[in-house]
Amino acid sequence: MLGSLEDAKVLAGGQSLVPLLNFRLARPAHLVDINRIGGLDRVYARDGGVAVQALARQAAVEDSELVARVCPLLTDAVRLVAHRVIRNRGTVCGSLAHADSAAELPAVMLALGGHVVARSSRGERRIEAGDLFTGVFETALAPDEVMVEAWFPASPRPSAVREESRRHGDFALAGIVRAGEALALFGVAATPVLADPREPTAGLRPSGDLEASPEFRLQLVRTLVAQAFAA
Amino acid sequence: MRVNGVEQPGPDEARRLLSDHLRHGLGLTGTHVGCEHGVCGCCTVLLDGAPVRSCLMLAVQAEGHEVTTIEGLAADGEALHPVQQAFHECHGLQCGFCTPGFVMSVVGLLAQHPDPTDEQVDEGIAGNLCRCTGYASIRRAVRRAADLTKP
Repeated sequence: MLGSLEDAKVLAGGQSLVPLLNFRLARPAHLVDINRIGGLDRVYARDGGVAVQALARQAAVEDSELVARVCPLLTDAVRLVAHRVIRNRGTVCGSLAHADSAAELPAVMLALGGHVVARSSRGERRIEAGDLFTGVFETALAPDEVMVEAWFPASPRPSAVREESRRHGDFALAGIVRAGEALALFGVAATPVLADPREPTAGLRPSGDLEASPEFRLQLVRTLVAQAFAA
Repeated sequence: MRVNGVEQPGPDEARRLLSDHLRHGLGLTGTHVGCEHGVCGCCTVLLDGAPVRSCLMLAVQAEGHEVTTIEGLAADGEALHPVQQAFHECHGLQCGFCTPGFVMSVVGLLAQHPDPTDEQVDEGIAGNLCRCTGYASIRRAVRRAADLTKP
């Protein structure tokens, strides 16, 4: 269906897309609601990690014993996504497909080196985390593809996600994800980015806005990385 | 869709938000609309028992589901729901604009954590904004509601 429609958007949890519609910031010609598709809401063990299907709500991932055991980094990160009432509807795959540069889950996927599974009438393919995020709110998904699953490897020890935001549940001014010796940053570039823990701000040129200057964001990154790697 | 236990017609237009359908289509104006982008929490309703933002859902998405609004909490229309009673007793409201959303969020919070810790209370109401009370009385109301609903 997606393939036959011009200018269509997939609607899953809608917690990012519907605000954009309400503000007329997004005006797609068609919405394809996938919520009635059965059997697409599982969270299950696969290949030593956890697979989260397209309609698995963030609240279900937050409460999942499997995720807490295999990938506690994902549990910690999901708790930072907005508020519980939002997580009751919002989906993990939706956060990844929306690809907000200040969002936690894309950075978690990047730090862990996970992948997503994209499906269309042409077939199924795997997109590695490093290839998925291509720009501000842009991913490597084709217009006729649906992200049907996200796969997160088991999180190594130590792992941590840290962020600073103005208000509880807001998007972060800057944030960092540590997965073993890997480090990903969010909120400081057009996409989440991998960084060297010894020199986390090298080459980084974050934007400034009313809430934080570029220098403040760089300072946050240095502080948060130091905290996460001191443990 | 079933709203407060009664089968109700869907929206005329697919583009209509659940919050607008409840208010304009069904006349259930207890669900308030504040920010319309999920920040203020005023429009919170229960969808199959779990609190969600009615401004971040299309009404057509609620078809086949059970929606509970603030009007549906006190079943016989006389005795208040324990969460409403607690907000009343503890002065958990002043102007009342945010109150329906808070009450629905707290109903969801207590369903998840019947005896919440202080941290869980704060986490549970963090997604709702109140510009009057300063939240202290709302925290007390949540605690009181937990006491009232204890078996």
